[in-house]
Amino acid sequence: MAITVIRDKCIGCKLCVKACPFEAIDMDGKIAVINEKCTSCKVCLSKCPVEAIEQDEKGEAEIADLSAYRHVWVFAEQRRGKIMNVALELIGEGRRLAREIGDDTKVYAVLIGDKVRDLSGECFEYGADGAYVIEHGLLGNYTTDGYTKVFTDTIDVYKPEIVLFGATHIGRDLAPRVAARLNTGLTADCTRLDVKVSSYIDYAQKNTTLDTSDLDPASDDKGLKQTRPAFGGNLMATIVCPRTRPQMATVRPGVMARREREPGVTGEIVTVNPVLDAGDIRIEVLDVVKSAKEIVSLTDAEIICSGGRGLGDASGFELIGKFADKVGGVVGSSRAAVDSGWIDQSHQVGQTGTTVKPKIYFACGISGAIQHLAGMQTSDIIVAINKDADAPIFEVADYGIVGDLYKVIPQIIEEWDKAEDLYEETLDRSAE
Amino acid sequence: MSFKIIVCAKQVPDTNEIKIDPVTKTLVREGVPSILNHDDANALEEALKVKDRYPDTHITVVTMGPPQAKDMLIECLAMGADDAVLASDRALGGSDTWATSNALAAAVRKIGSYDLIFAGRQAIDGDTAQVGPQMAEKLGIPQVTYVTEFSMDDDRKTITVKRKLEDGYELIRIKTPCMLTAIKELNAPRYMSVGGIYDAVRKDIPTWGAVDLGVDPEKEVGLEPSPTNVFRSFTPAPKGKGVMIEGDTEKELADKLLIGLKSKHVI
Repeated sequence: MAITVIRDKCIGCKLCVKACPFEAIDMDGKIAVINEKCTSCKVCLSKCPVEAIEQDEKGEAEIADLSAYRHVWVFAEQRRGKIMNVALELIGEGRRLAREIGDDTKVYAVLIGDKVRDLSGECFEYGADGAYVIEHGLLGNYTTDGYTKVFTDTIDVYKPEIVLFGATHIGRDLAPRVAARLNTGLTADCTRLDVKVSSYIDYAQKNTTLDTSDLDPASDDKGLKQTRPAFGGNLMATIVCPRTRPQMATVRPGVMARREREPGVTGEIVTVNPVLDAGDIRIEVLDVVKSAKEIVSLTDAEIICSGGRGLGDASGFELIGKFADKVGGVVGSSRAAVDSGWIDQSHQVGQTGTTVKPKIYFACGISGAIQHLAGMQTSDIIVAINKDADAPIFEVADYGIVGDLYKVIPQIIEEWDKAEDLYEETLDRSAE
Repeated sequence: MSFKIIVCAKQVPDTNEIKIDPVTKTLVREGVPSILNHDDANALEEALKVKDRYPDTHITVVTMGPPQAKDMLIECLAMGADDAVLASDRALGGSDTWATSNALAAAVRKIGSYDLIFAGRQAIDGDTAQVGPQMAEKLGIPQVTYVTEFSMDDDRKTITVKRKLEDGYELIRIKTPCMLTAIKELNAPRYMSVGGIYDAVRKDIPTWGAVDLGVDPEKEVGLEPSPTNVFRSFTPAPKGKGVMIEGDTEKELADKLLIGLKSKHVI
């Protein structure tokens, strides 16, 4: 799959050097040379005016028999007997993918813990066809060692085609360990998954700049296409895992849609009797403490009021707090504000913070660094308030106000309850 | 009997400084500085704090990357690390996290015995958080990720850490040798010292290629054996330009905004 430059064809125009996101192309005199930073992202292929860059497609033919692997599994992460939201989202998404693979392909929830059998009902109601229940007295608390062993052993026996994890602190601890033990691929923090090429084309055409003309919508390729932001959200990459199974991914909380709950629906339970003894677990969990401080539930918020560097100092978050109180929202922030020490990291929205998609996102004094945009640009409505008319945030805003946020926000707070009347007035006026 | 720590670090572009050219829709790389990855600086700082307490501690920083990653290693030495190693080879290029962890695990084995491996949780360019746990798996040692507090008993074998969760934390006891991954809350990394910089630039930093590491480019490292491949990559589509609200007073701006939001039925 290596990218190479055909030396005889290269005209030394350097367009590829400029296009490469990874500084992976150097000039050797008048000829471009691919260096070790190349990730085979293929951006350069389409930029070359003389088709002097090619990809060696070797490897496609040597695919082993992967057909023994079937069905989609979702790690139904639970804490203190409560299933995490992201697991329910993934059950819905897993079901969609399973049906894309084939009508007889199923989605299974994987429940791991001490007494977790009763949680299977909730999994079925949110769309799981079945559940693997892996119970053991040593699995009461999450441990990397305990969970990795029982999960890996179960995968070895039942051979799923796809395994999805929520990209939580536990999912991101467990998934790489499981993938490494199985020597299979793992893609982190996905925001979009597709099986059928036609669905991928549909997604790409609606949401991206990708040229899909070389993709065949009728292709029988049913490998998992895992799309994720890379490079701080500057680039989106779609990752495949062609030669090993299962195909594994962690998925960001809040990006997939949960199915509507269907009370009373049941499914198949597969009871797994794990082999585990105390010596397998090399750490000791002394305590698990739930934070006394209320969790900032950015992912569930319908309205988010976010502040950035433009606030000037930490006291600006008092105004943002008042604003959020008024509109029934949650306080968010940019990485710049967190890095300045103005607010706790738990409020951070963006590539390295939380991905959000509220109904309304108020970006106050946020310039709109790519890494921030990556975490909020799918919000239904984005309102940007910023002094700098050239700030990139206005490129994604549905409503932009160029002005002093310390003057504009207090006015929005004051007028908020009058919105209905103001709107009625405009309707009346236009009717006249 | 000194205490040996290996710190895993990565040189990354400062992704906060990257912009997209509005015309060509490609990344603007000019002037984007390369930095020591933030979480890795926290990992190194915690190792240095151990050394502050037990001066016979020996810290080796290891990285995989292009030759210019040496600059970052010099920074780590100037902060107080004892040694640094660069794993660099065209044959390592294109490695995914599985293959990268093979190369780094091989580098750790070549360094020899160790008590503790400290890594950053994740790098800001890839954000995967996978290489640390995958290395730990390959080295057969236990791990704790998202570490926010660290303490070690005087036997230097028993470590107690706080592991951050979204809704609280876990308190975990672990024995050496083990892998810990650090996050920002763990500490505030120190600056390089003038004396440290003076010494650092004079230190020999060995570069190890695939042959030195004893890894097979056909089976373990590089693009070819990596289980994941890039299928396509692209820039996200910019959202259509919205409405800029004009007005003479703040009240007028606020009113127009609220009317707009009301008309879209979002409030």
